[in-house]
Amino acid sequence: MKRYEQIPHTADIAIRVYGKDLKELFINAAYGMFDIIADLEGLKSSVSIDVNLKAPSKEELLVSWLDELLYNFYTKGIIFFEFEVSFLSEEQLMVKVYGRHIGENRNRLKTEIKAATYHDLNIRESDEGCSVDIVFDV
Amino acid sequence: MQIWQGRLEKIDDYRWCIPKSYMPGMRVPGVIYADKNLLESIERDRAPQQVANAAHFPGIVKYSLAMPDIHWGYGLPIGGVVATDIEDGGVITPGGVGYDINCGVRLVKTNLTEKEIKPRIKDLVTALYNHVPAGLGSEGKIRVDVNEERKILTNGAKWAVSKGFGTKEDLECTEENGQMQGADPSKVSDRAYQRGKKQSGTLGSGNHFIEIQLVDEIYDEKCAEIFNIEKGQITIMIHSGSRGFGHQICDEYSKGMIGVLSKYGISVPDRQLACAPVRSPEGQAYIGAMKCAANYAWNNRQCLMHLVREVFEKFFNRSSKDLGMDLIYDVAHNIAKFEKYNIDEKEKLLCVHRKGATRAFPPGHPDLPSKYKEIGQPVIIPGDMGRHSFLLVGTQKAEETFFSTCHGAGRLMSRKAAISACRGRSISGELAEKGISVMAAGRGTLAEEAPEAYKNVTEVVHVVHEAGISKRVARMRPLCVLKG
Repeated sequence: MKRYEQIPHTADIAIRVYGKDLKELFINAAYGMFDIIADLEGLKSSVSIDVNLKAPSKEELLVSWLDELLYNFYTKGIIFFEFEVSFLSEEQLMVKVYGRHIGENRNRLKTEIKAATYHDLNIRESDEGCSVDIVFDV
Repeated sequence: MQIWQGRLEKIDDYRWCIPKSYMPGMRVPGVIYADKNLLESIERDRAPQQVANAAHFPGIVKYSLAMPDIHWGYGLPIGGVVATDIEDGGVITPGGVGYDINCGVRLVKTNLTEKEIKPRIKDLVTALYNHVPAGLGSEGKIRVDVNEERKILTNGAKWAVSKGFGTKEDLECTEENGQMQGADPSKVSDRAYQRGKKQSGTLGSGNHFIEIQLVDEIYDEKCAEIFNIEKGQITIMIHSGSRGFGHQICDEYSKGMIGVLSKYGISVPDRQLACAPVRSPEGQAYIGAMKCAANYAWNNRQCLMHLVREVFEKFFNRSSKDLGMDLIYDVAHNIAKFEKYNIDEKEKLLCVHRKGATRAFPPGHPDLPSKYKEIGQPVIIPGDMGRHSFLLVGTQKAEETFFSTCHGAGRLMSRKAAISACRGRSISGELAEKGISVMAAGRGTLAEEAPEAYKNVTEVVHVVHEAGISKRVARMRPLCVLKG
């Protein structure tokens, strides 16, 4: 199954993310975001951070998760691309996130994503799996 | 992409109405400024739906407005204008200001002519590229500790001028004199500080740019004379905002306001429109933080202009004063302001959100610098990098739009579509054929920002001019562009 695809949005960047369950959806959303930010091919992880978050709904949790990673990208200079989820409910997540410092990988940077937005955010769940459309501010 | 299914009722050749009956919960109608031609592209995306969504805000006055450069954003459309009555439970919404708080444009004049600049244009754009930090991950040369950073947040562009990065005349020609009163650094999170501290004096990426232009048409001689510009003269345009600092603030306060919607009994059709009454602790906290971001952005554009002046001084071996590098004006086009209007013969203080819209005060307005009192506020409208930009002035008729007008060309094509359309083409080569030198820091920026990805700014400006909500003064054509 495709992890994510870009869908048209006039001003910003929007992606449709897929996952067999909520856990995979959250991982693929983060992967998709960093795949747009940087060229991830062949990149090996060397650092990790722990992310623990709570939010009132699964949609707000998704935005908090992506924004937490963006905050760490901008302030610590780390590109993230591997994710180990130890706990996920609709209101809380605990993830170990692996990545690599931008350092000599600066030429891998492609697109500046500044925030994940709440615009029309709706996680769809069915027997076949989950999907969600996310609009990023760029 | 969902296509607009509703109906737009014609008011006149330049105004179209979305009636209140379109959607339950609309408190006022929507009004879109456009001509028939622009309307075609407007109806192709979700922007009109966003105009209708914005009509749900408590305290909204008269109508939910959109300028002719309207396109699909998140929350409010880009090009959206919403005014709320503070005494009538009127709200403020971070989604109506946008993530890049006080994204804006400034226009600088020079005494140079095309003849002096044209033969060396490639070297000049390279010099700018080497001196001005631009693109994703770029860091500014201005590093300050937390105490100095707080001064930037409260003093705005005045901070830069106090450090020698500009003159007091620059401040007079900046909206709010480059400093919004009432900024409250205690409402700014440590995270926003962290994101902002390395980015002062950086251009950013995407559609942000520095452009060297040639004045190629004057429509209003009297105003042009006051601006001290004439045909054949070189101008410089700078487009940037509050960088990661503003984004962090918008992100945090949007999140917080989703949580208090039920507390204030507010229902909005999109989470991104989360809001709180202006007169509430949550509303006041956002306003204090938003003003910090606005000041951060004015300081940033002031610092960028200083860097450009330094490049020109070195390149032409003349002082910036000698080169006549005066700031014509600096406008904010993503901001909420508190302004007084006569509504039903009563003076009311309104919270005017302009998201991708420019304030356009009329002649005689008390907030204008004395030299522009007679002609009205300068309005700066950048186009795409291959076509024109415009200088306009505000008019009395713009009272109908809460003294607001358009802010740019407005996107027509998604970034993805633009990249597909440009595959196998050299955008810089195509622009070079038109006499435009361009350099970009980011990979893919040139294709994403290709001229055809935007509406024709000439058509957009035609609408605001004909509708009478601002008046054309001059047209500029790009000679060289530095993109983020």
